[in-house]
Amino acid sequence: MRRAPFRVAAFCAITGALTMAHGAVRGGDAQRGEALYDSRCTACHSLDHSRIGPAHRGVFGRRAGRVAGFDYSPALRRSHVVWNAKSLDRWLTNPELFIPGQKMGYSVPDAQDRTDIVAFLGSPDAR
Amino acid sequence: MIKSSRSVTVSRRDALFAGGVALSGAAVALLAGRPALAAQHAGSQSAQKDASVINTALALEYEGINAYTLGAQSNLLEKPVLAIAVKFQDDHKVHRDRLLAVLKTLGATPVREKSLAEYAEELEVNKLKNQADVLNFAAGLERGAVNAYLGIIPSFADHALAKLAGQLASDETVHFAILNQALGRPLPAAMSFGV
Repeated sequence: MRRAPFRVAAFCAITGALTMAHGAVRGGDAQRGEALYDSRCTACHSLDHSRIGPAHRGVFGRRAGRVAGFDYSPALRRSHVVWNAKSLDRWLTNPELFIPGQKMGYSVPDAQDRTDIVAFLGSPDAR
Repeated sequence: MIKSSRSVTVSRRDALFAGGVALSGAAVALLAGRPALAAQHAGSQSAQKDASVINTALALEYEGINAYTLGAQSNLLEKPVLAIAVKFQDDHKVHRDRLLAVLKTLGATPVREKSLAEYAEELEVNKLKNQADVLNFAAGLERGAVNAYLGIIPSFADHALAKLAGQLASDETVHFAILNQALGRPLPAAMSFGV
């Protein structure tokens, strides 16, 4: 029992490390992110089907430009970006600045909005 | 959808991308009914990016046109509703033609329109079981288009171009509002689009 606090702390550290390794988002509101995703992203994207943009399910940990069957720009196919919280945030901030020559012309200027959308994409509902 | 007719610079384009979908000089000028200005910008460094973004918009319009075809072919729509769907589809065809004209001016290759079967699979139309499903499906697509077009308006320094983007968004908003009404839903709250 005396070691319980240590175990809890260790568990949190380990799970936290694993979570960040997969790029999940700390501080993001996935529920709000889902609403934002539904409002702003679904004109072109869905979780399970590539449409104007590629499908998003399982995006965390996936290398950019690798959804089978989607017609990516050469710039995205050539990139070595792996999608995680940081890279998705940079992408949503300014896709063209992050990967010049890519095709997406939409951005999410507000940092909290980006964080929440990324939290949704990293949530079990989108994995 | 669009951008200003002032000088086109890399920094300005970066600024546009900070605000949403970005188009640059040639596309904007053409859509604003300024073909001479469009020709002036065509071939510029930003023209390729313009073409890319316009092609994305074109893909969106192709999807909308085919979505209404799928809805119409579902045999789930009553006759008056079907007539409205056909009218909305015609609006999307007008948008398509404007975007194709821009791409032609830019010398760019238009994105391919997919087959109806591809759109059916991507949009999961097999899940539509009644008229309300179809209306809800269409309303979702229209709302997405509204937000996509609204997202680019802050990018404009030229108010005439911002107005043009607003006109495109307005078409989609009309569609959404009527579909929403047909679904018997409350009127949208103030400031509910573009957020």
